[in-house]
Amino acid sequence: MHPFRYEPAADTPAALALGAAAGAKYLGGGTNLVDLMRETIERPDILVDVSRLAGDITLDDHYGLIIGAGVKNTAAATDRLVRERFPLLSQAILAGASGQIRNVASVGGNVMQRTRCLYFFDDAARCNKREPGAGCDAVEGFNRNHAILGASPACVATHPSDMCVALAALGATVRVDGPHGERDIPIVDFHQLPGETPQIETVLRPGELIAAILLPANGVAARSSYRKVRDRSSYAFALVSVAAGLELEGDTIVDVRLALGGVAHKPWRAFIAETALKGGPATPAAFRQAAAAELASARPLRDNAFKIDLATRLIADTLEKLTQTAEPAQ
Amino acid sequence: MTGVKAAAQAAMQAVMKKAVALAPDSWIPGGEPDPLIRHKHGLIGAAISRIDGPLKVAGQARFSAEFPMERMTYAALHYSTIAKGRITAIDAASARAAPGVVLVMTHENAPRLNPTPPFMSKPKAAGGDSVPVMQDDRIHWNGQPVALVLAETQEQADHAQSLIRVSYAPEAGVTSMASARAQGPEQGYFRGEPLKLEQGDAEDLLAAAPHRVDAAYSTPRHNHNSIELHAATVAWSGDELYIHDATQAVDHVAWSIAEAFGIEERQVRVTSPYVGGGFGSKILWQHQILAAAASKLAGRPVRIMVSREGVFRIVGGRTVTEQRVAIGAQSDGGFDAIIHTGTVAMTPHNNLPEPFILPARSAYAAKSFKLDVKTVKLNMVANTFMRAPGESVGTFGLESAIDELAFDLGMDPIALRIRNEPDKDPTTGLPFSARHIVEAWGAGAERFGWDKRNAQPRAQRDGDWLIGLGCATATYPYYRMPGGAARIVLRKDGHATVSISAHEMGMGTSTVQTQIAAERLGLTMEQVTFEYGDNTLPGVVLAGGSQQTAAIGGAVIAAHRKLVGELLKLAGNDSPLAGLKPDEVGGFDGGLCSLQDPSRSESYASILARARQDEVMAEADGSPPLEGQHWSMHSHGAMFCEVRVNAVTGEVRVSRFLGSFDCGRIINAKTAASQFRGGIVMGLGLALMEETQFDERTGRIMNPSLAEYHVPVHLDVPMIEVMWTDEPDPHTPMGARGVGEIGITGVGAAVANAVFNATGKRVRDLPITLDKLL
Amino acid sequence: MRFNINGQPMEADVDTRTSLLDLLREHLELFGTKKGCNQGACGACTVLVDGQRINSCLALAVQYQDREIITIEGLGAPGSLHPLQAAFVEHDGFQCGYCTPGQICSAVGMADELARGVPSYVTADIAAEAIDVTDEELRERMSGNLCRCGAYNGIIDAIRETLAQAASADVKREAA
Repeated sequence: MHPFRYEPAADTPAALALGAAAGAKYLGGGTNLVDLMRETIERPDILVDVSRLAGDITLDDHYGLIIGAGVKNTAAATDRLVRERFPLLSQAILAGASGQIRNVASVGGNVMQRTRCLYFFDDAARCNKREPGAGCDAVEGFNRNHAILGASPACVATHPSDMCVALAALGATVRVDGPHGERDIPIVDFHQLPGETPQIETVLRPGELIAAILLPANGVAARSSYRKVRDRSSYAFALVSVAAGLELEGDTIVDVRLALGGVAHKPWRAFIAETALKGGPATPAAFRQAAAAELASARPLRDNAFKIDLATRLIADTLEKLTQTAEPAQ
Repeated sequence: MTGVKAAAQAAMQAVMKKAVALAPDSWIPGGEPDPLIRHKHGLIGAAISRIDGPLKVAGQARFSAEFPMERMTYAALHYSTIAKGRITAIDAASARAAPGVVLVMTHENAPRLNPTPPFMSKPKAAGGDSVPVMQDDRIHWNGQPVALVLAETQEQADHAQSLIRVSYAPEAGVTSMASARAQGPEQGYFRGEPLKLEQGDAEDLLAAAPHRVDAAYSTPRHNHNSIELHAATVAWSGDELYIHDATQAVDHVAWSIAEAFGIEERQVRVTSPYVGGGFGSKILWQHQILAAAASKLAGRPVRIMVSREGVFRIVGGRTVTEQRVAIGAQSDGGFDAIIHTGTVAMTPHNNLPEPFILPARSAYAAKSFKLDVKTVKLNMVANTFMRAPGESVGTFGLESAIDELAFDLGMDPIALRIRNEPDKDPTTGLPFSARHIVEAWGAGAERFGWDKRNAQPRAQRDGDWLIGLGCATATYPYYRMPGGAARIVLRKDGHATVSISAHEMGMGTSTVQTQIAAERLGLTMEQVTFEYGDNTLPGVVLAGGSQQTAAIGGAVIAAHRKLVGELLKLAGNDSPLAGLKPDEVGGFDGGLCSLQDPSRSESYASILARARQDEVMAEADGSPPLEGQHWSMHSHGAMFCEVRVNAVTGEVRVSRFLGSFDCGRIINAKTAASQFRGGIVMGLGLALMEETQFDERTGRIMNPSLAEYHVPVHLDVPMIEVMWTDEPDPHTPMGARGVGEIGITGVGAAVANAVFNATGKRVRDLPITLDKLL
Repeated sequence: MRFNINGQPMEADVDTRTSLLDLLREHLELFGTKKGCNQGACGACTVLVDGQRINSCLALAVQYQDREIITIEGLGAPGSLHPLQAAFVEHDGFQCGYCTPGQICSAVGMADELARGVPSYVTADIAAEAIDVTDEELRERMSGNLCRCGAYNGIIDAIRETLAQAASADVKREAA
């Protein structure tokens, strides 16, 4: 691990002041950052400890719910408001990592976690994320866990977060503080597709710090679920995951929320499928067609062609099961 | 080993084997059953909690990296990033200049060392391979250590290591099975014999058989991944070396390190009181040698704890196998031919061609056999022994094929196996020492409810979940290796210390051997101390091949016999025991008594008091382990599995598992059950998720981490039932056979067979991941 | 830096890079907390911080200076074992013993999470007030602790029994 100076931040202005320095990085729970530092993938000179900032979950008239970036994953998943209004989010958070990690990992850190690509982690391999322009050894290597949607020849890595998949489905917004003030970024725009610059993973600017996640109220809470498929039954990253929510009137789909994990460089909001479904009938055939439409642009690699089939099945099956859940209480 | 030398050794061994096979039973160790077999209601077989349990649950058992020393330094390793070639330059200037750095060692300044004697090349050879340790600029595999940093703290050592820059002149290495095969496969040799056996014309009989299965099966590389990292704390005192090691071979490590450093074995002390799991991996790899070399250069103690990535880079695992299994059968299920052949990867520097044909040599009767393991050589970290080497992956092919055949025949797979139950060893002709697999099948089938199984695939469903049952035979041989020796010191207060340089990696050795010694001596467990894990103790006992219990047992029998002789001499003519021979007395209630007439007895305290001695000591070598060449000695198990396969996603969940074992006498019902279950859990990993991802482009292992190499977690493991016949083997110490490895065997096939029953899909390449079932 | 470990104030002169795990093992000679991966993938390093289980390998010691840290040594010792430690021995919830301190600390933290109604991924009703403690719940919640010896059955037996005993003791206490 590269040597660094440790600076605990008492409040957000202090954090931003410290975070403006060259070589500074914000430290939340550290469950991803410390690992990456030990792997020498991250080499900050200054660690600005923001783990004690923004630790509240509050109701908001405009946004519904505001979850502070410093809230621990366990706390967010356990919070009564989250469990009742956004059960999908609780489930997604609880699908990730382990009890120990969730107790420490912050919501902001979860958003910022980096890919688990094997070639990203191995400094003997070529990786455009670690060394822009070096090339990508994953494209023709072990890529079972890699992207089928939105990838580029430069990078086929996936975003590992479960929580962010639920946030994408829920239409969450990321509020960031920065040297030039506060701004709100829709979660679906927060993470980037790799393109030619896979080293740039988010739209966050230098010195900016995630302050909170804003969750708008929605009509799908009662019919929502997060399903994660992985290579063992627990404590593994997703091969494919689906965050789904349905709002029905009779058999007609009033609203549908659909996002996929494990398939792209970012949490993948399935807009194509949603558009195909909205206003239409909630039938298995419609679900299958919508899923197929969403996956139409999927491009398989050596080891991950199965994900196209798996994601299609998982979307259709999850939606179908949601239609079978009891009619939500009015 | 060269082919010629191996062939000569094999011929010599064949002559010896014949002589031992034909000798009368009474000449052979185990010809007279161990008297302990008669003890029915004592400590043997009881469910006794581990005596080291309280220390372990309190975190007070000291593992190898947990011995503080004055002026300790910490080591970090730098690994090669090419598979073959030469080092052209090492830029270590920044590393040397980094804070806290004590030493940077490379091939340019490492002390001169002899090549490491590779495992199985000499009686006490322990090396994972024979590659010289940091002696030259040659690179043999991707991940080979090329530099070591010592620093005042681990953080400093790790950081300095990351600053080292190595330049290479790469050469074309062999890193794919295809390119290795193109170089020409060679015959595999195991324990000095070719892994090749042909009896009758199996191919002709197969072709002529009315029913046959002929399929290719493959298994990937595996890593042991014991949770304790490979670690050692090393210090020189003058020219004497002390190593607190995590090892399953204290004597082998001591002798081999002495060879490497060109010093006497007695100058090396290796202790290893607790080992955090081994499974075959904890022998001598480069880290102990590098730590000792660096300690010598720096003149300070060294702690080396290899990182998890490092363990994947420098400690070999189980190699990849490509198997063909073909069975020809008559309509009644009788086997005409068993063919089990294939290819495994290894390196030019080690001795283990994964011997996957071992199960097929003795499991079933057949009119003909063709068994053969060929090897190809790759630039990779030397593969090594991993829990049931050969059997764990060999039973996957063989027992899957039997299931396929049973389906084709329309026969119950258990009935098919019993139909081919041999009455003597089918390939050697030796009599079985004890074989009760049929009883194990019967008891297991009843307990598991096998009769409720529908042989037709996809017949049972619960919502999204397709349910299937499968079974397979587990099998592992009985081994007792030479070198066992033990010392017993009996004090006049009735306390005995039994000492032998054996190992406790969690198998329960210390508990079980305390039980056995107490029972043999007629003492309570509290009156017995079992000393182990130190090469200065008597004997050379490898914790491998599930042979420790037998090796220790054989040595303790010899030492005990000698001790009883000494005690009878000391007891003299004034004792109620006067005139009795050692074979006529046994330990009972703190003393000796006549086996014929228990009223003739005298306590140890009384014997020693009259002899005016504080203690009596006896040390003896175990008998030569000839029993394995006189009888065919194998343990077996009937493995039953229920899986649920998600019809939408292909996810597999094992919902029930039962192992019904025939492993001789069980000594401790609690620790043996854990051994069986532990093996089965590792078998579930082998079946469903484990794979070391070896990038054939570069020879680099790409998932060197417990996050990316999946082993089973709590949620993957249902309650596992285990049961056993408890039939003593009359020809082994205590009537026991080892239980450490058999649990993993048969599991891969039992799961695959259950998956077939659930889905109708036959998966022949492990692991059975969900993509293969969509 | 100053720490509060097992109720004792402790001081150590360590690097900002030093993990809580290495602080315990290499600087304070509290070797009960184990290193199995150093990357948050095995759980052997689990300790309790302010009553919550965490992986000490991913924790920078400098971040934990004013927190209450409990390690396996703080739960019990031979002769005065914590009920869960005793249950691990009774049910053979380990073989080699290396992952064991982490399993036990994790189980203590998990019991507290159950008591607080923290849901898990396998909790059927995510909004339920109380958790129905099934074996599946226990297994999911303990899945961050790997055991390569495969002592999972014994571990779950030990935890289930200890939780049941604690629950019945609570009932008796309330009745009294």
